[in-house]
Order: sequence, then C-alpha cells, then structure tokens
Amino acid sequence: MNILDKERRLQALEKNINDLGDSKSISKLVEEVENFKKNEMTKLSSWDRVLLARHPKRPKSRDFINYLAHDFIEFHGDRLYGDDLSIVGGIGTIDGIVFTIIGQQKGITVEENIQRNFGMPHPEGYRKALRLMKQAEKFNRPILTLIDTPGAYPGIGAEERGQGFAIAENLKEMSRLTVPVIAVVIGEGGSGGALALGFANEVLMLENAIYSILSPEGYASIVWKDASKAPLAAEQMKITAADLKEFDVIDDIIEEPFGGAHFNPNQTFEKTKKCIMDTYYHLSGIARMELQYQRNAKVRNFGFLQRFNYDNLKEVQK
Amino acid sequence: MNKIGETIIKRKKLKQNIRLINEEQRISRELDLDIPEGLYDKCPKCGKLTNMKLNIENDYICKNCGYHFRMRAIDRIKYILDEDSFVEKGIGYITLNPLYIEVYEAKINKYKKETSLDEAYIYGFGQIYGEPCIIGVMDSHFMMGSMGSVVGEKVAKTFEYAIYKKLPVIIFTASGGARMQEGIFSLMQMAKTSSAVAKHSALGYLYVSVLTDPTTGGVTASFASLGDIILSEPNALIGFAGPRVIEQTINQKLPEGFQRAEFLMGKGFIDQVVNRKDLKKTLHQILHMHRRVI
Repeated sequence: MNILDKERRLQALEKNINDLGDSKSISKLVEEVENFKKNEMTKLSSWDRVLLARHPKRPKSRDFINYLAHDFIEFHGDRLYGDDLSIVGGIGTIDGIVFTIIGQQKGITVEENIQRNFGMPHPEGYRKALRLMKQAEKFNRPILTLIDTPGAYPGIGAEERGQGFAIAENLKEMSRLTVPVIAVVIGEGGSGGALALGFANEVLMLENAIYSILSPEGYASIVWKDASKAPLAAEQMKITAADLKEFDVIDDIIEEPFGGAHFNPNQTFEKTKKCIMDTYYHLSGIARMELQYQRNAKVRNFGFLQRFNYDNLKEVQK
Repeated sequence: MNKIGETIIKRKKLKQNIRLINEEQRISRELDLDIPEGLYDKCPKCGKLTNMKLNIENDYICKNCGYHFRMRAIDRIKYILDEDSFVEKGIGYITLNPLYIEVYEAKINKYKKETSLDEAYIYGFGQIYGEPCIIGVMDSHFMMGSMGSVVGEKVAKTFEYAIYKKLPVIIFTASGGARMQEGIFSLMQMAKTSSAVAKHSALGYLYVSVLTDPTTGGVTASFASLGDIILSEPNALIGFAGPRVIEQTINQKLPEGFQRAEFLMGKGFIDQVVNRKDLKKTLHQILHMHRRVI
C-alpha cells in the first residue's frame, strides 16, 4: 500500500466519522484514525516520497510565489525566440527584500498542464531564466529559484533550438554570478533540467521532494528492463532529501506538515519562507566575489571517488 | 556507522589491492593496436564487410561509404598529436560505487580490462604540429563514455591544469551522458565541469570542443557545448535527449539526419563540421591563430 492509497483510506475513515454524527462508536473510530495516522502515514518509503513529490494537489511554484511575494511581477520571454510557460520568472519582495524569482511551473488542471508542458521546459525557458539572472546580476538582486520539473523536454523542437546548449550556457553563466543564489527543490528535481536552475550557493529541499539524475521509471527500465520496478529503483537511487543531505548535495531540509505539503500549504510556505530568509541573511553578509568563489568551490567538491596516492605506493614496493 | 564510513573502509581495502599502471602496461596498451591483417568488420552505415586494417590506414574512415568509425581514445591521441608528444596527466583515479549497485564494480572492471583504460576519459599535455595544448579525449568504448565522478573530476582537472600551464584546451567528446549508476554525483559533474570551463574561459584562454559520435545527455548539456569554437565530425550524433527517448515521447519516427552534426550546423550550434582527414590541420590552424605572444 503506497502513500496515495493510505491517503484515500484516511479520507474514507474521516468521512465515516462525519457521517456518524454523535453516535457512540465515534470515539472508537477517532482512535482508529489517530492510530492510522500515527502508524501508517508517518513511515514513508522513497517511493512514497516520489508519489508525494508528484502529487497533483502539491503546491506549485506559483503558489509558493504568491505566498512569498505578494507584489510579484511576472516577466515573459527570452527575447530570442518565445516565451516558455513552464518557467515563470519575475521580481517580487520577500520580507522587504527584492528577489528575482524563477520557478518551474507545473499545471493543476489538464489544460493548464498542456499549456505548461507538464513543467518540462524548452530551451527558450532556460534562456528566459538566464536573461532574468543576468538582470539580477546587474541590479545586485538576490536570486531565488524554485525547482519542480520531471526534466528538460525531449522533443524535436527542443533539440532544434539546442536544449543541451541552453542548459550548458545556464550552468556556465550561473557559475560566474556574483549575487546570492538560493535554490529550493519543491517537488521533482529531474536531471539536467533541474540542475540548470539549481547551481546555487545554497540548495534547500522540501522534506518530500526528490532530486535525481533520471526518473525512477527510467532507471528501472534501463537496469532491469522493466519500468514497473520503479519503487525498487527509487530506493536504490538515493533521491530523497535525507539521502542527499547525507551526501552534502543539499544544504538544508525544510520540514513538511503531516501527510505532505498539500495537507497544510500555508504552513509549508511559512517554513519555506523562514528557511529562505535565514539563508539569505547568511549569504548577504558575504562579499560579491566571495559568493562566486563559494558557489564554485562547492560544486568542485562534488564527486565520489578516490585518487591513488603514488607516494604511498613507492613505500609498498620497497 | 553510516554508509560513507563504510565506504571509507572499502576505499582503504581498494587501496591495498590496486595495481600500478606501470610502464609495461602502457606499452602493452599500444601493442594492442596491432590488428591482424585479415580482420573484417561490418560498417554500421553501409553494412558492407570491410577490411579494418585498410580502414584504419584510411584514418578510421570506411573506404566504401566514408563513415567515420568510433575511435578509441588512445588511437585518437596517436592520430591527432605529434609523435611522442603526449604526456598523460591525472592517472590513478579509482571509480567507487556510491549507490552500492552489485554489478557496477564488476562492470567497471570488465571495461577496464577491455579498453585498458582507467576511465572513459584521458587527458594530458600534447603538441599539434608543435603547438602545445592540453588535450582531453573521451572513449565511447568504456561504458558508452558516460560521465561519472571520475570523468567529471578529470575534466575539471584538465581545465585547472590548462590554467596552471596557461594553455588552450581541446576536448574530444564521445559520451552517452551522465552515468546513472552513480546517481546524483554524476549529475553534479555537469555543474562541476561547466564551472571549470567558465573559470578557464574567464581568464581568456581558448577552449576548442570537438564533438564526435555520439555526444548526448549530460555531456552535451555541460562542457561539450561550451567551447569557444565547436567543431564536429561528419554524421556524429549530437543531442540532449537520445533519439529513442524522443521517439517514445512524441510517438513518431524522427526525420532522416535529425540530431546529426550537419543538422546542428544548419541550426547554428556548431562552427564547422570537419572531415577527420582535415581535423589535425584545422586544429593546428586554430591553435596557431590563438597563440599568445608574451
């Protein structure tokens, strides 16, 4: 039984209580619900977190932005080709400080999802993001990126307009920025498409978000030639916030309320805001060139490898 | 003890077991290249059985249809650089298994034996008709040239070494993308290599990237497409998503020549498609024109 089934079960149980009104058995039912909540809903496997990260009711970038910055002004277009709706960008004030906010936006309804391409950006989306980041650099504004994408879109148009080139350009330019860059993984962080906005001074991550090199389904179909083994793949790939914190790939985990972000969005937003502002005040004390250096030094250390020490070897040979 | 701790112990054990790549092995690497006279192979493009010996003498180009065979890294270095000018750097890296996938280590060892390489990438100092440069070559025979932690580290080191030596960098890419067996670490190599390129570029040094068949995925989306000058070999497959993934996503067959070097040149992403026979000359010209007079 995965987390979505459990959620449905919880809803059914709670509905029962409401239907019963003031009957005698209500206390027993309430107890059952409490037990269910305590025992079943709190233990989440990696696959449960994947499902939560993709939950249709999960708050999207725009919801976060609306809560964080009430005066958000959206800017459209990359000034080269067109406007990609799967990336929203603009400026807004969070706690009195003007941020450039860029986020990957999935849709809620089917129509919106088609319009937003299910949160899978095209090259023009990345170029828009880059344009806004350079603008932020000019006006010395901190940058906040919200990551929520299954990956960059693999399609004919995207390849024709240089998907790989756009992502690479983003990574290169982001490494030269001299303003604070904060990235928050709010849902799915899928492969290069997520990293193109995730090259930051500090990377925060919601508790039930995932960040991976490819989808568990893709991994399962490559390794076991069977996409239905995705739950096993999710376990093996180490994609949850806790795993990534252990690897030092992310810097901080933002707690989510019971049952996931969609159970209590406002609480999630509030915690996210606090975490972002804490990080911002920490980064705002650092000199501009130092910020650039810190960002590069951080990625320089990523990797899991060993180098053979030749000096030791000579002793062994003797 | 956490998992990282266990790995450190594992590393120590590995350290004891490792053998040195000594001079003898290096020589045997080169001897491997002697292909017997009568070896025939099927050309992937025209499907004809062709004499590999003759093809290799013809610069790894099919005599029949002009197909550019995928070259091994060592062959490429022999082919591009002046004789005896190559000095390999960054040896002794060990690929680890961060996600504890059972078959991964065995697989790596198999490829190590097959290709007599440590990893899918080698780099070092070299000269092209006397022009010094730092050259890096990826080998698609080693696990499809995928970029894991070691490859990413070595690419970053290439640029750092070039900054130290104040020299231009030439990288021949051939890769299926990031190595999924190393999970998030492979993904982070994209940021790491891009940042290294940016650092090298900001100091005003030249970086020429030569895209060879195939260059896809995380490598295209990082250092491969960040060259000041981007060259490519004819008919090389270059793209972000693989053709199969695109076909599955859009549910239709891709047009002929899609994602090939000529196609990308038409779309404005590649400076020039250069025939392998002219490659050395072109690279020498570029290096010569960018020579820094101190």
